[in-house]
Amino acid sequence: MKRACAMLVAALLVAAAPLRAAEIPPDQRRSGYSFMGPDSKAMQDDDTANPGMLWVLDGEALWNKRPGAANNACADCHGDARASMKGVAARYPAFDKALGRPVDLEQRINLCRAQHQQAPALDYESHDLLALSAFIANQSRGMPITPDGDSQLAPFIARGHELFMQRQGQLNLACANCHDDNWDKRLAGAAITQGQPTGYPMYRLEWQTLGSLQRRLRGCMTGIRAQAYNYGAPELVELELYLMSRAAGMPIETPAVRP
Amino acid sequence: MANSLVPVVLLAAGTLAITSMARADTLVPYTVVGDGIPQSLTGRPGDAARGRALVLDRTSTCILCHSGPFPNVKFQGDLAPNLAGVGSRWSASQLRLRLVDASRFNPATIMPSFYRVDGLVHVGQNWRDKPILSAEQIEDIVAYLATLRD
Ligand code: HEC
Ligand code: HEC
Ligand code: HEC
Repeated sequence: MKRACAMLVAALLVAAAPLRAAEIPPDQRRSGYSFMGPDSKAMQDDDTANPGMLWVLDGEALWNKRPGAANNACADCHGDARASMKGVAARYPAFDKALGRPVDLEQRINLCRAQHQQAPALDYESHDLLALSAFIANQSRGMPITPDGDSQLAPFIARGHELFMQRQGQLNLACANCHDDNWDKRLAGAAITQGQPTGYPMYRLEWQTLGSLQRRLRGCMTGIRAQAYNYGAPELVELELYLMSRAAGMPIETPAVRP
Repeated sequence: MANSLVPVVLLAAGTLAITSMARADTLVPYTVVGDGIPQSLTGRPGDAARGRALVLDRTSTCILCHSGPFPNVKFQGDLAPNLAGVGSRWSASQLRLRLVDASRFNPATIMPSFYRVDGLVHVGQNWRDKPILSAEQIEDIVAYLATLRD
């Protein structure tokens, strides 16, 4: 009774609700991989068992196809992806000078389709866009996340950070409440983890398919009963950007496996 | 939004009472006295058996964060205290206010306010302007929690 009264007084005195929100120190950052059981880890580690590799192989085939009126393939301009795409996914989203804003890897691929191939844009979560982005990101596997250094990105990263800290939805929770403050805990038995973006697109066992980082973020938003932003929305790209800057130096795992 | 909750501050018998005239169409009005809500939101006692089922139902969200005296329930959270014994630690009045608006006890809490529709941001279409639980559900859960005694 006394304790509750004291807490109530404290509640009335403190006007704004502060978040604990200690940012995770660099030496304590952990990929979602390290929270998984041995079976899921083994599935990710073995390319013949990792279902995501099917998309990577399809992406390689698409790399050499000529889908648009311009009758050219990604390979016609970019050559061997093993060389030209090495490290690219590790620095996306990147600043697009012509658009004056950051674009994520999926948007970058669609820009090339529109501008250089005269081919229609591919939808997020379509098989072909997942395959191409998985193939490109796989070329960065093992490389450290190295955010685009363009200073014009700063306000977009700041906005992503704000979104990460913002309580939202009917459950009134911020991303940070779970992924900064409670990553060592369990939500209904499932590890919460730090929400690191190291493995995308990734194969989620619950989805039974590969999915983009935006799909994962939309899932977390719906989980707290917030209105999920539409695919491609600037807010989702800002969140991706913030997550990648938060994960700078962590190795890319694409295609990761997650429960 | 600002006028959806009109707090009327009264000094009653030395305790601070705040009457929330919540949006009449969504929330029934209730009166906070001290650190609780002494009156049932429905005017009737809740049903503890229904309350137990609600606490165990994932859509009520409790066991995402809490564990409790439920030996046969597999997936329970560890973000929050075990609910065993809460009926000894807290009065029904305190439990009711905790469920209605846990931020009154701890402004930084992660526990959602189950009977509040103001002050929320970017709520999904399906859930907008609705409390997480109805007045009846709150009363059922209060009745159940009150039975969890050491
Ligand atoms: C006609 C040539 C051409 C074709 C075809 C083409 N691209 Fe590009 N791509 C470019 C150019 C030029 C750039 C540099 C940015 C710009 O000016 O658009 C680029 C940039 C990129 C980037 C960003 C690289 C970086 O370092 O930031 C990616 C990823 C990419 N392309 C993927 C693809 C994919 C996938 C395809 C096939 C679906 C494709 N491109 C087809 C010319 C092409
Ligand atoms: C109620 C707790 C909670 C909140 C709030 C929450 N998430 Fe999550 N998030 C989870 C859980 C549980 C998972 C699945 C397990 C995991 O991989 O972390 C997850 C997964 C993720 C992942 C995938 C991590 C991986 O290893 O692939 C990312 C990224 C992520 N969340 C970002 C966010 C963002 C951004 C927000 C805010 C819009 C958010 N989350 C809000 C609980 C939460
Ligand atoms: C997002 C996580 C979360 C959810 C969902 C949640 N709680 Fe809580 N709850 C907490 C936390 C954390 C505390 C500890 C006090 C604090 O920080 O406010 C708490 C405290 C409590 C207490 C006081 C416990 C004690 O021993 O002092 C009760 C009772 C309670 N919650 C009941 C519930 C019920 C019933 C539900 C579902 C209708 C629920 N909670 C849903 C996080 C949650």
